[in-house]
This record gives sequence, structure tokens and C-alpha cells, in this order.
Amino acid sequence: MLYREAGDFKVSYQADQQTFPIRFDRLFFWALLASAYFVVPFFINDYWANAVLLPFLIYGVASIGLNILTGYCGQVSLGSGGFMAVGAYTCYKMMTAFPDLNLAFCILAGGVTTAIVGIMFGLPSLRIKGFYLAVVTLAAQFFLVWMFNKVPWFYNYSATGMISSPERTMFGYAITGPNATPAATYLFCLTFLVVLAFLGRNLTRGSVGRKWMAIRDMDIAAEIIGVNPLMAKITAFGVSSFYVGVAGAMIFSVYLGAVEVTEAFGIQKSFLLLFMIIIGGLGSILGSLVGAAFMVLMPVLLKNIMVNSFGWAIDIAAHFEFIIIGGLIVFFLIVEPHGLAQLWRIIKEKMRLWPFPH
Amino acid sequence: MVEFLYGIEVVINGLMAGVMYSLVALGFVLIFKASGIFNYAQGVMALFAAMTLVGVQEGQVPFAHLINSVFGTQYHHFGWHINAFVAIAVAALVMLLFAYLVERYILKHLVNQEPIILFMATIGLAYFMEGFGDLMWGSNIKTLDVGIPQGGNFWIEEKTAFLGGEDFYGFYLDTLDIYATVIAIILVSTLVLFSQYTKTGRALRAVADDHQAALSVGISLRRIWVIVWSIAGIVALVAGIMWGSKSGVQFSLSLIALKALPVLMLGGFTSIPGAIIGGLIIGIGEKLFEFLIGAPFLGGATENWFAYMLALLFLVFRPQGLFGEKIIERV
Amino acid sequence: MTVSQDAAVQETITPDGRTIGGVLMEMRNITLRFGGVVAIEDISFDIRQGEIRAIIGPNGAGKSSMLNVINGFYHPQDGEVWYKGAIRGPMRPHQIAAQGIARTFQNIALFHGMSTLDNIMTGRLTHMKTGMLSQSVWFGRAQREETENRAFAERIIDFLEIQSIRKTPVGRLPYGLQKRVELGRALAAEPSLLLLDEPMAGMNVEEKEDMSRFILDVNDEFGTTIALIEHDMGVVMDLADRVVVMDYGRKIGDGSPEEVRNNKAVIDAYLGVSSD
Repeated sequence: MLYREAGDFKVSYQADQQTFPIRFDRLFFWALLASAYFVVPFFINDYWANAVLLPFLIYGVASIGLNILTGYCGQVSLGSGGFMAVGAYTCYKMMTAFPDLNLAFCILAGGVTTAIVGIMFGLPSLRIKGFYLAVVTLAAQFFLVWMFNKVPWFYNYSATGMISSPERTMFGYAITGPNATPAATYLFCLTFLVVLAFLGRNLTRGSVGRKWMAIRDMDIAAEIIGVNPLMAKITAFGVSSFYVGVAGAMIFSVYLGAVEVTEAFGIQKSFLLLFMIIIGGLGSILGSLVGAAFMVLMPVLLKNIMVNSFGWAIDIAAHFEFIIIGGLIVFFLIVEPHGLAQLWRIIKEKMRLWPFPH
Repeated sequence: MVEFLYGIEVVINGLMAGVMYSLVALGFVLIFKASGIFNYAQGVMALFAAMTLVGVQEGQVPFAHLINSVFGTQYHHFGWHINAFVAIAVAALVMLLFAYLVERYILKHLVNQEPIILFMATIGLAYFMEGFGDLMWGSNIKTLDVGIPQGGNFWIEEKTAFLGGEDFYGFYLDTLDIYATVIAIILVSTLVLFSQYTKTGRALRAVADDHQAALSVGISLRRIWVIVWSIAGIVALVAGIMWGSKSGVQFSLSLIALKALPVLMLGGFTSIPGAIIGGLIIGIGEKLFEFLIGAPFLGGATENWFAYMLALLFLVFRPQGLFGEKIIERV
Repeated sequence: MTVSQDAAVQETITPDGRTIGGVLMEMRNITLRFGGVVAIEDISFDIRQGEIRAIIGPNGAGKSSMLNVINGFYHPQDGEVWYKGAIRGPMRPHQIAAQGIARTFQNIALFHGMSTLDNIMTGRLTHMKTGMLSQSVWFGRAQREETENRAFAERIIDFLEIQSIRKTPVGRLPYGLQKRVELGRALAAEPSLLLLDEPMAGMNVEEKEDMSRFILDVNDEFGTTIALIEHDMGVVMDLADRVVVMDYGRKIGDGSPEEVRNNKAVIDAYLGVSSD
């Protein structure tokens, strides 16, 4: 068997702390990354970029963010849609106020602003726990969306109330606006995802991540062994909101190009992100990505099968999408709360022993 | 003077909206007390119940859209119109069946899970039901008419016009709201009496206090859950009828669940009087806020978030809600 | 620095040859109330450097509340806590943990979503100082710190003989092992004062013997001062250097195991009545 663990001994703690401790995983990961950078851009077209790849990459960032808060730190947030809007509108204001500013910087600024807003809404988490907190984050969701709708300064007094992103380039290639090519936008988003996933993985595997998980598993015990609950929760809210804000900024500037806040960042988006991490796996960076891929691919697949192959009406496919998502959420919570990532781990354990399970 | 009278009108209307919120919140409280589940699907249950009611009343063929797509047929209606009361009874039966299925296929498997997991499961349930309801009855906006009169109540308007002289035309109250208030009050009183004075009611309260202890004296948890979800289903049906008659049966109906959440934050999750008073506070509060501050200064539509902000502020200073008890933490 | 008034305490050598130093922690006239209920009433006692101090008493005597006062989870209405020769102001539990007080819990309070190793590593958190930025880059400072602390955690794992369950999620472990992991988590903090809340509750004789051995070894090898609550009188008499006896929130006895055993009030209130 190619895939095996036996004989793969670790002689240093560093080797044991690797993200992919098994050699085959490591090789697979590097091969995947290389082909994502050097193969995919040559074959990408508009359909694949817009229907599958861009949403996956961007929601991947957002779901890592939400997973940091919910999966690692145990604080459920239903305000992600509102936080994405903060990122989007900050990015928009930066892009229009400083036309010479680099796009990546505008997007990061969106992340930073969102982090600050997220921390503000996270402050009550010290006193409010569990689903009480989840409901409080709904306050953020509704208030923020209302604010972006009602305060014209945010959308530069445009008549439609929409914001649309002007053309910006990176290294001479258009990333936003009508002239952007699928390959350029894809590589731009891919880089953001790779970097942010790397940072997220590092944060969650070290002492910061352990503080978050301690708070998640038992906050009182965590405080007694020396975790400052306020700091742990606030950093989780801050980091998580940063990711979500960056994703919001990218959805607006790179993916959609023009958004209307209630439609693009409504409460459905908050739920969508929550579903991604439940299905993918709470408390797992890999799970966040798997969940994002699943939630992006499933509607596309359903539409292809039901509408294009069977010739059914589009709305039937949409209803089935709801049924399947809802059913899967319940299924995963009952059967495997750690989601697809855990299923994958179990399969790997089985494979490791194959073909001699005893 | 006239300003003041309009203010009173706003308060009265807020009070009636508050009664509706209380009604939905009541469904939450019942389930939460008996099973520790924060049932996000309550709103979708109301939508589903209202859809079923309309569907039965109008003689719609269930899953018509899907069947027609698959078999190329053209079924839409059975071609009958059923009496509203019969239709309500059928819809109620469907909600009872629903309660049974939820217990059988979901709750049973989630015993002893953390509250937050249960909460997320009900979000999943809400999605499932929304898709299922749309597939079964179609997602178009439907009008629901079970014979409750609607529109401004002229009698009240005429009788109160004298209060404000020339410029005041009397209080404008919707007849439907008045009916809804009366029905909600009857429903709430019935539920309170039921939980205080019947054997099942006592069992319900026992389960609410302590699952383990209730089990050990021979109360069947599963039976209680079915009962509770059935009651919540009936409450959802009533709420669905009221809201559906008012603004049509459509997706936004399911959002009343979101309106009820802050009510619970204020009133506490386990207190029936809390749900009612919390509902009234929020109903009046959001209408007054919109009237005095929202519409003149903030561009309106503050009702979307006012309740949540109020609940947030409130929670920061009194996390246990109005009627909850202070929690002593232990290790 | 204010010096404790009981500076007169001399170093003493125990019969088994350990050195017991000056006063490490002193509780003075502690009173703790919950509403109208008095959990602890005017209790004073001290814990000396290097000793094993037991707190015993019937259920509801206020023993766990006492530990909670020591590590700052409860704040007493009256009284002073002196630690390392200085009076302790109002502090949050995590600040007190940073001062070198670690504990285990009566009902195991492990982090169930993590492995044994990760749980023990959380004990090292008070020693890990790298900021979020270096953490997020990982390579360099964060990795170095992680590796150093991992080495320490591995020493604890060796000491407690739990190498084989290093990567097992703690939720899957049997009760006795969970207790051991929890002890490991507290030890990983290298505490000056270790609080054990019923470390042997619910264990069988063999497990109790193991745990007793670990407690003695910890005290002996690392010189850690230990304060423990225990119900098993045999264990207490064997382990403890000195014993505080509590009943209904009051202190009714204090001294060596022999003294306590022969104390009339203790026999009446606890040993004589309770047939535990």
C-alpha cells in the first residue's frame, strides 16, 4: 500500500507536530497545491470560476473564520452575514476614497475593520453564553445590514443603494471590474485562501488555539488553569471576524462586483457559513474547506442533475436543496458532530490497516 | 394633544403586535421547558401549518409541482373547497403527526446533547421543513381566509374620535389584530390552566425541572416530548393563521421566529409570564421607538433590529432575563 | 513586601525525611456567604512550604468552597488571603493560576475535545508567552516554544506513566486515567501550590494506591506543596502532614493526623457520627 503509517517514525517533537504527519498526506498536499497554482489557471473558464472555484475559495476563507470562533472557541455566531457586509463596505469605501491603493490592501482593511466590529459585538460574550450569545449575534446581523441600507454615506449616495467595485489591478492584471480574467481572479483568491489557511492552522495548533479550545470545552476550568477568558474570547472574535470580513470584501470586489446588502449579506449567509462548518467539521481547518466545497458544489450538482438532465423546474431543485441541506445538518449533528473531516479521519484509520483490519 | 393621542394609538398597536410575539414566544418556551431545546424551527412550523391549512382548504394536490415535473401530468387541484374549520382540524392533525415524527427521527437521537447542538439541529429542521413545505404546496404567496374580518375597525374609530377634536379621526385599529389578541389571550390562559391543573401538565413541569428525576418517577420523556411538540405545533398553527390572514402565507412568515427570540431574551426562556410580558415590552418598545426616533431621525425600518439591541443591552446587565433566577456557578 | 506575622515558624524535618519550610499560604478569618447561606465562617489556617495539607470534613462542610477561595473562584466577604508573604488583593482565577496555584476538580474538568497531550499542554499555558503574530507564522519562536514545552509535557507523561494514551481523546479514557491526566495538567503548570479536590473519589483500591504514590512522588521529587480534600480517612492519615477539619463551615480541628484523630470535637462531629 502506498498509504501507510507504519514505519513512519518521528524522532523529534517538531516532526510530530507537523500538519500532515503522514508522508503520503504531505506529498498529496504539495501536489494539490502545485496543480492549483500551475495547472488549473490554464484550464479555467468563466463558468468554473464563477460557479465553483471563486465561491469555494472565498467561502473557504469565511468558514475558516467562523470555525475559529465556533468550532475552536465554542462561541456560536449568527452574525457572519453582517460581518461580511462590514468587510465589503470598508473595502468599497477604501477603493473609492483612495483609487491608487492596492486592492489587497483594501481587502485587508476590510478584514481589520470587521475585526474591530466583531470584537465590539463579542464583548458581551463574557457574560452571555451558549445560544443566548448566538441570538445576540443576530443583533449584529440585523443592525449592520440595516445600517448599510439606511446610511447613504456607506454606498456613496448611489441611487440604487448598491455598491459596485471599480477596476483594480495587481501586477498589471485586472482583478476586479469587467476586464478581470477568470485565471487572475482565481489566483488572487487562491493566494488569499492559502495564506489565511496557513495562518489559521498555525494559530489553532499552538497555545492560542489551546486557549480557545479550553474555553470551548469548559470555560470555568479554563479560567482556573490560567486562561484569561476575556482575552481568549476577544481574540477569537477578532481573528474570526477578520477572516469573515476579508471574505466579505472579496465577495463584493472580486466575485460579485456589485452587491446590494440585504441580498448579498442577509441572514441566509450567516446560516450558510454555519452549515459549512457543521457539515465540514467543527474545530478543523480542513473541515472548513471541505464544508465550503460541499455547500458550493451541492447546489451546482443538483441543478445540473435535476434541471439540465431531468428537465425539472428550477424551483424544485431549490426546494430539494433546502431539504437536503436541512436533512444533512440534522444527520451530521446526530451521527457525526465532527463532520466530514472526522469521517475522512475514520476512513484513513481504516485504510491504514487495510487489507488486514485485525 | 393630537401627537399624544397618536402616541397612544402607537402603544395600543404595539401592544397587539406584542401579543402576537408572545404567542410565538410561547411555543418556544413550551418546548424549551420540557426538552431544553431552543426550537428555531418554530417560525417555519407556523409557515408550514398555514401552508397546509390553505392547501387543504383550497384542495391543492400535494407535491403537484414535483409530480407534474416527473410524470408530465397536469394535476393542480382536487377541485373542492373545504370548510375552514375542517381544514383547521386537518392542519392540526398534520402538526400532531409532525410532532411525532420529530420525536421519532430527531429528538430520540439527540438526548443528552449540548443545548447549542440541539439549537443547530433545529436550524437544520427549519431548512428541511421549509424546502419540504415549498415542495409540497408550492412557494407562491397564498392568501389565507378563514373568515376573520379584516381592515380598520370603524366602530372604535368613531367612538374615540371625540378625544382629539378637529384633527383627530379616532384610533385606527385593525379588526384582525383585535381578534388575534382575544384568541391569543384565550390560548395562553388555556395553556396555563392545562399546565397547572392537569396530570399531564404536572408531568410537563416535572420534566422541565429535572429530566432524570422525572424519569425515575415513571414519567415517559418521549411521550412528554411528543405532547409538547404537538402543543407547539398547534400554537404554530394559530400563529400561522393570524399572521397568514394578515399578510399572506409566504416565506417572511417564518421570520416571526426571529422576532420571538429577543422576546425570550427579555422574558427568560423558562417563564410563560416572562414570554408574555417580554412580548408586550418589545411590541410597544419597537413601535414607540420607530414612532419617536426611528422614522423621524434614523430613516425608519428600525423594527428590524430594535428588539435585538434591546435584548442585547438587557442581557449584558441581567443575563438571566426578567424572571430568571441568578445562577451560582460551581466547579 | 509585608512579612507574614507567623514568621516564627521554623523549618522542620518530617519523620520520612522531607523538609517543611515557612508559611506559603495563610488564610485569615475567611468568611464566605451565598446570600443568606454561610458556606465558610471565620476560618484561619496556614499551608507551609513543601507539606501535604489535608482538608477533611463531612459533605457540605465547605471544603470545596475553601479550595475555590484559595484559587480565587469565590471571593470571600471577610478575611485575608496571604500568599508567599504578601496579602492577595481581589484577583481573577486566571491571574492566581499565573502566580503558581494549580488544581484538580472533584468532578473531572478535563477538556473533552482534546487529546491527553493537548490537555497536559494546556497546563503549560501560563508559561507560554509568544504573541499571536509569531504564533500565526509558527516557524521560529512559536515552534521553539512549543517544542520546549512539549518536552516538559512529555516528562509529566512519563512520570504519570500515560505514554500510551498520549494522543487519545480524553473523553474515551476510563475514569481513573482521566483523574491521572487531570493531575498531569495541574503538574504541567509547575505549581508552587497544588490543590487536589478529592483526587481519589470513586476509585478502587488499586487506583487509589497508584494515585497516592503519585501524590507522594510529586511532593517528594518536585517539592510541590499540596493541599488536598479527601474522604478516605485511611488515605488522609497516611499522606497528610497536617489536617484541617471542617464542619458546617467552621474549623473544628487542626493538627497532625494523630492529633486530629484524637480530637474530641472531631470524633463527635465527623468520625463518630458519619459512617462513611
